[in-house]
Amino acid sequence: MQAILRHLRLVRLFWSTSLAAEMEYRLNFVVASINSVGTLAGGIFGLFLFYRTGYRPGGWRWEEALVVMGLFTLLEGFTRTLLTPNLGRIVAHVQTGTLDFVLLKPISSQFWLSMRNFSPWGLPDVALGLGVIAYSAWRLGVAPAAIAAGLVPVALSVVTLYSLWFILGTTTIWFVKTYNVTEVLRGLLEAGMYPLAAYPAGYRIFFTFVVPVAFLTTVPAEIVLGREGQSMLFVAAAVAMGLLAFSIAFWRFALRYYTSASS
Amino acid sequence: MTRIITRLSRTRRIASTLLSVWYAYMLEYRAEIFLWAMVGLLPLILMGLWMQAAASGATAFSPGDFARYFFAVFLARQFTAVWVIYDFEYDVVDGRLSPYLLQPIDPVWRYMAGHAAERLTRLPLLVGFSLAFFWLFPEARWLPAVGDVLLCALALALAFLLRFAIQYSVAMLAFWIERVSEIEKFWFLLFFFFSGTIAPLDLYPPAVRDAAMYTPFPYFAYFPAQLLTGRPAPIALGFVVMLGWLAFFFVVNRVLWRRGLKQHSGMGA
Repeated sequence: MQAILRHLRLVRLFWSTSLAAEMEYRLNFVVASINSVGTLAGGIFGLFLFYRTGYRPGGWRWEEALVVMGLFTLLEGFTRTLLTPNLGRIVAHVQTGTLDFVLLKPISSQFWLSMRNFSPWGLPDVALGLGVIAYSAWRLGVAPAAIAAGLVPVALSVVTLYSLWFILGTTTIWFVKTYNVTEVLRGLLEAGMYPLAAYPAGYRIFFTFVVPVAFLTTVPAEIVLGREGQSMLFVAAAVAMGLLAFSIAFWRFALRYYTSASS
Repeated sequence: MTRIITRLSRTRRIASTLLSVWYAYMLEYRAEIFLWAMVGLLPLILMGLWMQAAASGATAFSPGDFARYFFAVFLARQFTAVWVIYDFEYDVVDGRLSPYLLQPIDPVWRYMAGHAAERLTRLPLLVGFSLAFFWLFPEARWLPAVGDVLLCALALALAFLLRFAIQYSVAMLAFWIERVSEIEKFWFLLFFFFSGTIAPLDLYPPAVRDAAMYTPFPYFAYFPAQLLTGRPAPIALGFVVMLGWLAFFFVVNRVLWRRGLKQHSGMGA
């Protein structure tokens, strides 16, 4: 309990300092907001191109597919607020040797590397994603209780996304310049904008077992919309927890190979 | 006459030096270039969606048509990728531009040579990628006509110059504001709408498609893809529009460059 409180206090300290730093660039907020609205509009327009001829990708209704789009936007916001500003910097720490200082701190290095920075520029995405989900859930007549219960699968997909990023970030210890790898991952994750059932069989296998995009947006949407039973929730939980545990173990393993750059 | 010859040989020497230096530099980073090439995967993701849609008979295209189209879009993006704004912003903010200005050559050639050399390092990657693609998607296999390939190559060369001119013009704003690369993001918003990266423009509402052909966007994806796959495209209109935009941005760029230099304070130098 004491430990949790200590970590929470640290998070508050971390985030308030990085928020203060980001406030230097207030105009960025306008840029980020326009960007988020534009990206979402582009995504919805892309979806509309499928539906305008009466085709239903994977048998999903328009509003159901919008829930997936909303979840994708929400996760994109999470990526911009916490993943890129933190995990995107592991490369720099390894390259310049400042990871030494992180390792010396009396706190879990994974926690520090994952939580040190907070960038508010992803918040417009979070708000828009929630808005789209709420709108489509209302149009579909989803019960409020079901939406509230949807928080669990969404939280699981956040954990899954974080773990994927951290595992990739960890490979920096060996390859040093893996900045682009996270970009490739981001490119692949864009597949999560659309329901998995809309893809051909080969894609579905790839996006379930190789890069688990399915568990990021499609699975939570299916659970919220009642397309899948509660048993799917256990699968999602197993995937999320498994990947998280692996990311922790993998980081510890990788640190044994860290030789530091500076000295 | 001799003056002209010495000038020409000087130009040739500068060009070959810059290109070989940049080629060596880019080869050093070939693993990264491979990853950057893979970043442009979005067309292949959408290809899957559209192939699936075609399989259910929802469009006039066949799955093979879509596979060919998005393959061509992927290639077109490889040849028109430009990042001069990031390099230029860095050079201005970091003060590295100042020594370049002392040299008797416009810095633009340096950036241009970097881009050209990088194209060359990408070439073997693209051959490997194409082989893998046609092995994975046999329905996409086709042999483009020689005339189509040449026309597409010409369109891509122009498109690259146009993209470079546009981005280099925006980059000039770095003389006045610090984070110009943020502006670059707006480009992508419109790009995804109007370029044909997410779907062939033929599937758009006709009014949107016709309007898009007057913007620069379709010339980086839809237009070259149509040419390469031998599908109908407004060829004459396309080249006229491209040349028009190129001329426009060339003028904008030179004006901004002159004004910007006057106001440049050579920070960090």
